[in-house]
Amino acid sequence: MATDATTSGAGGPNAESVFGPPRRRIGEKLIAAALFCAAATSVIITIGIVVSLTGETLTFFADKAVSVSGFLTGGQWTPLFSDPEFGIRPLVQGTLIITGIALLVAIPLGIGTAAFLSEYASPRVRKTVKPTLELLAGVPTVVFGYFALTFFTPTVLNSILGLDVSVFNGLAGGLIVGVLIVPTIASVAEDAMSAVPQSLREGAYGLGASRRQVSVRVVVPAALSGITAGIVLGASRAVGETMVVLIAAGQVPTTSLDPRNPMETMTAFIGATGKGDVPTGSTGYKAIFAVGFALFVITLVLNTISIRFVRRYRQVYE
Amino acid sequence: MTTAPARSASEVLGKASSSHRLRDRSFVLLLAALTSVALIVLAVLLIDTGIDGIPQISISFLTNFPSAFPAKAGIQSAITGTLWLMGVVTFVIVPLGVASALYLEEYADGSRWWNRIIEVNIQNLAAVPSIVYGILGLAYIVRGPLSLGRTVLAGGLTLSLVVLPVVIITGREAIRAVPPSIREGALALGATRWQAIWRQILPASIPGIATGVILSISRAIGETAPLILVGAATFVAFNPSGLDSPFTALPLQIFSWISQPNDEFRLLAAAAIIVLLVILVVLNAVAIRLRNRYQQRW
Repeated sequence: MATDATTSGAGGPNAESVFGPPRRRIGEKLIAAALFCAAATSVIITIGIVVSLTGETLTFFADKAVSVSGFLTGGQWTPLFSDPEFGIRPLVQGTLIITGIALLVAIPLGIGTAAFLSEYASPRVRKTVKPTLELLAGVPTVVFGYFALTFFTPTVLNSILGLDVSVFNGLAGGLIVGVLIVPTIASVAEDAMSAVPQSLREGAYGLGASRRQVSVRVVVPAALSGITAGIVLGASRAVGETMVVLIAAGQVPTTSLDPRNPMETMTAFIGATGKGDVPTGSTGYKAIFAVGFALFVITLVLNTISIRFVRRYRQVYE
Repeated sequence: MTTAPARSASEVLGKASSSHRLRDRSFVLLLAALTSVALIVLAVLLIDTGIDGIPQISISFLTNFPSAFPAKAGIQSAITGTLWLMGVVTFVIVPLGVASALYLEEYADGSRWWNRIIEVNIQNLAAVPSIVYGILGLAYIVRGPLSLGRTVLAGGLTLSLVVLPVVIITGREAIRAVPPSIREGALALGATRWQAIWRQILPASIPGIATGVILSISRAIGETAPLILVGAATFVAFNPSGLDSPFTALPLQIFSWISQPNDEFRLLAAAAIIVLLVILVVLNAVAIRLRNRYQQRW
């Protein structure tokens, strides 16, 4: 509307002779409509995800072999057996253990990296470290899966640390996923730390604080909502990470809590089952959607929390 | 500049400044150590994969098709499959991503609820796990409404959905970086809204948009999880003949070789990883050059 005034409205009778026939304004409207349709495609994609997941999940629960309570609380997950059990707990537990291990690694590494880059690193060091972290974030996850299986488990966990882990184990999966999400946490946390106003730091120095005290007691608390956003986003990526756990953690749904044993996550189940040509309409096929639905809901909640936290620090400082 | 006031202050307060400084020094070392862990893992990964994979790379490895015999197995069909997928992804994400970014930056009134929904929706889509897109692709693209089967087109469309949010977000940043004075100048000279966009804003933001597109393509060709659900055929001993042809791709071939218990196949996986990483490095180098060379400073 604003442009109508600036382009043709002000010109009066002359506008037509200068800018050509008014037909063009229909073209302008068509272009705006076409661009809107393109942007709206992303909403259609979301609707497609939700509808496809919900639809098959409902038919999954309509199956006689499946009950909602058994799905949510059962401790056995054997969907491809002739006498199948559909308790999602082993998959959720595997996902939680691996995400937990990943966060144990990634939180200190990510926040440490962010604090180093934001508070200490010289511009030259930043110029090398940041692209290298981007490179790390750009390495396909199937490569990390290969690394976890063929190097990290046999060489680091078994030979160097002597942990006596299985060939496929949750520990290697969790630790490597942890390294994988360091760039995510570090970049969001660093943005938040850089957004902390210089005046807060100077005020603390004026009161006699050392640089370390400024970092730990002023910058980190002031950037806490941004740091939390980074951690939550990292957790969401860890929950959704597929290739590393599919390759290195084994595909054994278990309720064992020992991360040295093989375990299966929700994503690994989807990958392992989708890999074989499961017939459409079979309960195994529908189980992919039920697990995918649970996965989508978990990551959606985590992403929403993360976006909220980011918005909070933006409101405070920008 | 920052240490000086701290020191004088601690003298005023009568604190032992030497222990203060020692603790400060060890804190920096700790942070530097934490920062280096991820970088060391990356270095070890590259070295280990290089040692495993580089000796396996030969002309015949690049030109042979997959085989049940490790010595005869190669990645020609995986490379051509990946190139086909790149083509489909580019064809889909460039118009769709740029148009969406233009709408959100140039047309959308942020106070309208539907525009806010589109915006939040794109943020959320960017963080949806890629395997969920694989499920969508399996249900609606391979089977269901589109029923394209396990074809190049189905794989390319699915990968396009995975990276579309990234294209839109980087495209918006590139468009936003064009100063409002350019747009206002064009409008003041009598250009219509679209003329200002097409002749001024879009040309000025093309380097940024192209960088985002190339980075998205490089993300797409490394994606494995969605292709496992959509592609499935990992033993494809022929090049795709068209959009409706079955296909394999480098990450799928790597995954399939890693899944073999035979160590010789794992070495082939390492070799294919090297090839994939080289392609990614080349794409990224092009993106960085584009950004540095054509980026305008306003």
